[in-house]
Amino acid sequence: MEPLLTARGIVKRYGRVTALDQSDFDLYPGEILAVIGDNGAGKSSLIKAISGAIHPDEGEIRLEGQVVNFRSPLQAREAGIETVYQNLALSPALSIADNMFLGREIRKSGPMGSIFRMLDRPKMAKIARDKLSELGLMTIQNINQAVETLSGGQRQGVAVARAAAFGSKVIILDEPTAALGVKESRKVLELILDVRKRGLPIVLISHNMPHVFEVADRIHIHRLGKRLCVINPKDYTMSDAVAFMTGAKVPPEAAAA
Amino acid sequence: MTSVQEFEKTLDQSDKSVASFEDRSPLRRIQHFLHSTPAAIPAIVLIFSIIVFGVLKGERFFTAGTLTLILQQIAVVGILGAAQTLVILTAGIDLSIGVIMVISAVVMGNCAVTYGMPAPLAVAAGFVTGTLCGLLNGFLVSRMKLPPFIVTLGTWNIVMAANFIYSANATIRRADIETAAPLLGFFGISLKLGSAVFTLGVIMMVITVIVLWYGLNHTAWGRHVYAVGDDPEAAELSGIRVKKVLLGVYGLAGAIAALAAWVSIGRNGSISPSWAVTDYNLQAITAAVIGGISLFGGRGSILGTLFGALIVGVVSMGLNMLGADPQWKVLLTGVLIISAVGVDQWIRKVAG
Repeated sequence: MEPLLTARGIVKRYGRVTALDQSDFDLYPGEILAVIGDNGAGKSSLIKAISGAIHPDEGEIRLEGQVVNFRSPLQAREAGIETVYQNLALSPALSIADNMFLGREIRKSGPMGSIFRMLDRPKMAKIARDKLSELGLMTIQNINQAVETLSGGQRQGVAVARAAAFGSKVIILDEPTAALGVKESRKVLELILDVRKRGLPIVLISHNMPHVFEVADRIHIHRLGKRLCVINPKDYTMSDAVAFMTGAKVPPEAAAA
Repeated sequence: MTSVQEFEKTLDQSDKSVASFEDRSPLRRIQHFLHSTPAAIPAIVLIFSIIVFGVLKGERFFTAGTLTLILQQIAVVGILGAAQTLVILTAGIDLSIGVIMVISAVVMGNCAVTYGMPAPLAVAAGFVTGTLCGLLNGFLVSRMKLPPFIVTLGTWNIVMAANFIYSANATIRRADIETAAPLLGFFGISLKLGSAVFTLGVIMMVITVIVLWYGLNHTAWGRHVYAVGDDPEAAELSGIRVKKVLLGVYGLAGAIAALAAWVSIGRNGSISPSWAVTDYNLQAITAAVIGGISLFGGRGSILGTLFGALIVGVVSMGLNMLGADPQWKVLLTGVLIISAVGVDQWIRKVAG
């Protein structure tokens, strides 16, 4: 099977610091790929390079075999790659509905939309409400309340709902359960599996080993700015994975499937 | 359904009730109301100040003539305040807005009177001047990543000096404007309804605020302005072209300053480059801040700015009629500014 999204020899330097050192990456259709690694291993930089938030100094990224060269997150989004960033990328003072449609607002049909550029608020509110209900997040009473009045878990829900609603090829989740309680984490994990069922591949960056081993089909272990290896969670234990990513153990090269 | 992990087994029996906040104190409710309705406070203060001066001065204050005179006096500052509001909503500030207005007025006057250009072209030249000054600010803020305060502090001086050098500080007289280009005085035309007098300038101020209110609240552009001011990084990651939004906002503010220039020609009759020493920029910031626009960006309603300008107008007219020392107006303005920012900080705590 051909990989959907690949990266080869990605290099990113910040001044004297090399965040990514000839890193590779492969995502296959319909899979959940977990990316794990120590703090500072370059996971976030790798994800940002794929999602267009940073521009790598060297290397090549291909989506469905075509070389892509994202200059901004907007271009990655237009190509169908949707990302939930660790800092959520929500605007606190705007409403839930406004946030979900930020950057891709729906205008009213007819002259009110085409000439006066009027937003179709009722339609956006309805879609937003439907998407949040799908995730079981309708404890949010008012779709027009400002995001800053929501709890951390609810904000995460809004961000994930936005990605799931608009992602057409790849969804990237950066630490989606880090700020969540037990119940809310469970919901997000169910949502991740739900999204995979619809055929969308997911990249999951997480420090939470039980979550990673539960949902991931393959685990990409990042170490010192490189892909160290890719393992199948069925063949290894959590402590093996932690040993690989911290350098306590050297992985068998053959495992880099 | 996923294979539930050991420690999560008890989740099925967990309490399903959602945290509720029925016992919110009245104060918390007021806080929430103000959080969602940012123009409410200036509106209340405005009504309060009208009532106070109405009681003190009785029927003399409550005449249509007096109340509409206040509107005429604040038309120029109201329009400048609207431009300033756009910039402040992006968490910026425009100190040069006043002198951009003055140089636009001088260009309009010189083009029409000195160079003998047709009046519509002269007005257009003024708008081009204002917009270009605004775009220069926008370029320096968005592309060069310089702090807005520093950029506009610089352009304030540059534009003010350019204004004096270009015009040689020569006033263009009312008679010359009236013969060469009556169009320049267009906004001075007044409509009388009984003893109420509305100049076209006042009507233009109201239209400007309404159009901007619509743009800010009912178009994608407006949502983007708020998002950029709220958290530029989050806005960028959400796919908003932050640089383009900033450039557009400063450019539009410059164009609105040129509109204010046209209105002020109507109000004053003549055009004097020495207007540049008047603190129009600070008056515009004052209107926006008293109107509840947060200097940290992303919060406030442009209707508040209109109320803010009206509050200053009402207070200054009222104190004037009471025969008070004009410095009391300045003092009271200062108190209002600090109170408005204090209230803004309190409302923001709703999030915490």
